[in-house]
Amino acid sequence: MTLSDPKQLSAGVWDVVIAGGGNAALCAAIEAAEAGAKVLILEGAPKAYRGGNSRHTRNFRCMHHGDLGPLVETYDEDEFWQDLLRVTKGKTDEGLARHAIRTSADCLPWMQAHGVRFQPSLAGTLSLDRTNAFFLGGGKALVNAYYLTAEDLGVTVAYEAQVKHVGIEGNRATHIDVEFGGALHRVQGRAFVLASGGFQSDIEWLARAWGPSARNFLIRGTPYNRGVVLKDMLDQGAETVGDPTQCHAVAIDGRAPKFDGGIVTRLDCVPFSIVVNKNAARFYDEGEDVWPKRYAIWGRLVAAQPDQVGYSIIDSRSIDLFMPSVYPPISADTIDELAQKLGLPAEALAETVATFNAACRPGDFHPQKLDGVATKGLVPPKTNWARSISEPPYYAYSLRPGVTFTYLGLKVDQTARATGPEGRYDNIWSAGEMMAGSILGQGYLAGFGMTIGTVFGRIAGQEAAKHVA
Amino acid sequence: MSLDVTLQTDPGAISTDPVEEARRQIEICNACRYCEGFCSVFPAITREKVFADGDITQLANLCHNCRGCYYACQYTAPHEFALNLPRALASARTDSWERFAWPGGLARTFQARGEALAAALVIGTALMFAAIAGLPGGGAGFYAWLSHGAMVAIFLPAFFLPLVAIAIGLRRYWQEVGGTRITWADLRDAGLAAGRMKNLSGGQGQGCNFEKEERFSDARRHVHQAVMYGFLLCFASTSAGTLLHYLFDMQAPYGFWSLPKLLGVPGGLLLVVGCAGMLMLRKKADPELGTPGRSSGERGFIWLLGFVGLSGLLLYAVRGTGLTGPLLALHLGGVLAFFLLTPYSKMAHGFYRFTALVRDAQDRRARGNV
Repeated sequence: MTLSDPKQLSAGVWDVVIAGGGNAALCAAIEAAEAGAKVLILEGAPKAYRGGNSRHTRNFRCMHHGDLGPLVETYDEDEFWQDLLRVTKGKTDEGLARHAIRTSADCLPWMQAHGVRFQPSLAGTLSLDRTNAFFLGGGKALVNAYYLTAEDLGVTVAYEAQVKHVGIEGNRATHIDVEFGGALHRVQGRAFVLASGGFQSDIEWLARAWGPSARNFLIRGTPYNRGVVLKDMLDQGAETVGDPTQCHAVAIDGRAPKFDGGIVTRLDCVPFSIVVNKNAARFYDEGEDVWPKRYAIWGRLVAAQPDQVGYSIIDSRSIDLFMPSVYPPISADTIDELAQKLGLPAEALAETVATFNAACRPGDFHPQKLDGVATKGLVPPKTNWARSISEPPYYAYSLRPGVTFTYLGLKVDQTARATGPEGRYDNIWSAGEMMAGSILGQGYLAGFGMTIGTVFGRIAGQEAAKHVA
Repeated sequence: MSLDVTLQTDPGAISTDPVEEARRQIEICNACRYCEGFCSVFPAITREKVFADGDITQLANLCHNCRGCYYACQYTAPHEFALNLPRALASARTDSWERFAWPGGLARTFQARGEALAAALVIGTALMFAAIAGLPGGGAGFYAWLSHGAMVAIFLPAFFLPLVAIAIGLRRYWQEVGGTRITWADLRDAGLAAGRMKNLSGGQGQGCNFEKEERFSDARRHVHQAVMYGFLLCFASTSAGTLLHYLFDMQAPYGFWSLPKLLGVPGGLLLVVGCAGMLMLRKKADPELGTPGRSSGERGFIWLLGFVGLSGLLLYAVRGTGLTGPLLALHLGGVLAFFLLTPYSKMAHGFYRFTALVRDAQDRRARGNV
């Protein structure tokens, strides 16, 4: 049921109050409601934008032995764990991580039973058909399905309900202060689940943590993840994990919207291009590895350049080698004209291109694999797909860092319970991006955010319901 | 390898031109691809990187307006990309029918305005009253009111002239979308897709999002099937009557256990129930996801089709009474209006949709993507 009358918020004591309205919050709400609890979801966004960053997701990484739903073959605990270890470079909590991995297998049928539909791997993502189950229609379809299930279970949802403060006495939360309909309301509850995401959309916070250059970052996800609840908990001495100065950023099209650009701002042309900064100088090996393994580091690379911008330049031979970008390329018949259009120093760009072209060697160019076609004597080198930029028309795309999420989060145990200055809280659980830093200390593994959200969202809901039973 | 990137549009540049706007939205869809499992439109999108006008026309006609993609879309308004693909494709689709229709201009009138359809019905009925009053009857049953010869003289041209007009429109369509020689396999695939309304299944049989917003429902698929099969049964009934008349020298009226009645009565019932259901579902559906400015014409068409079915059933019910004459005029007036307006009313969608399914089967096969 959608709550419209603010009086209902403070009319009685709710069993379980959930801050947030994305995947983790919904999993918690459904579990708690199925256990018989009276549940309230406080979603900060309006209905059209409900679901936090889950709205932009597309798949769920899942352990399985043999075919499961849309997943083929086997993806066992150890392989999953090794994948996680590799991307996080060891910055993870093995106990929590293995718990998430093991539980993921049970989650997929649970998701299906609660309205989520899966589809075979999308075109161009065949490499993930063993590890990641894709949602039919994407993350917003999943969010819709969960809201409908929650509604059928009698969960109450308040949209545009901004949680301002969690009232805590000792180890016990007593209420949440929420802004709704232009006024502040006190919502009393017996158990609380905090699942309201990271702080990446609070640009000032991002700038304090990362440095002023963060003001030039684009935020790929929801503008509603401003970390208000996280900050409130930090101020009250809750224990945290994850590097507060770090965020996960990928290189995206520089023309993308400031917020909420999502998947379509993706740009896949870097390996077939040279990338220059605003001084028309190259700064990194564009052909180091295949793009799915490198797009994440390019966010940081571009972030380190002046004005946090890069330009990926290709010639006509490469325009058909990658998934189409949603933005048309900037095109020109000469490098000089391209420099004009991009606002780059023309002489410097001409020299960079000429130097690169001179360093290219003949070889067997192969776009689908590491072809070893490398430059010679060039710094930095291009170690694969190094083919000269010489066949007009020339094309360019601008690049900017696109932030996906922040790592700082609440520390939780295997029951998703958060910890305060005096030990574990009696009745506060946390799930989703808000505690993902416990498991993802660095890097990212496609579809693992949804795994964490589903596993710990469900646990938080079950535990909260048990607490009030 | 080269690609005509000049076809690409700025994703933020919302256009009032139906084809331009559909292109803008389709490009965003092609960069996202989350909806690939819903229907045939999205796999067809992923087979291209840029979209010429003919590609847009084909995709627009392939879309069945199930609306699954709208409710799953992360870029609907208030997002600045303001995606509403069901509406964008509906606009481009209607625009294409109005462009292809021959003679031009008529389609615009009858697709937009329910009153125009109502006027056509009144004129058709008046003509039939005049024919019954002015021409001698000859035979039993309704032939006592209007002779078989007179009916043939009126309905033979009223049936074939619109077919010629439709054929001209479809030929224009085929040229624009770049269709090649049609094979039996193409027709079989299209027939199976249309026969089961595969593109209203939501991809997994859960149905579409027509009248219950983000909740899936098979109601529209079922009522559309009722209308489609009801219409086909009625058509088969008339055809059976024609064959009996000419080949077997068996004249109407036919008894209940005859082929025309066994096909026609259930057909009429399905048509009436289907049209009523369709009108009720339309009341609940969000008009913002349909073709802008065509709602009246679409509703008018459903009323006309339902009227043809209902008056046909009533004509059978009042057989042997003095009501046969007036009801015959009403029924035949409806049939006349319906036939003559086929190329210019919503009825045209069936022909274009089927042609789009044929083209889709052909394209999938040509790209080894069956």
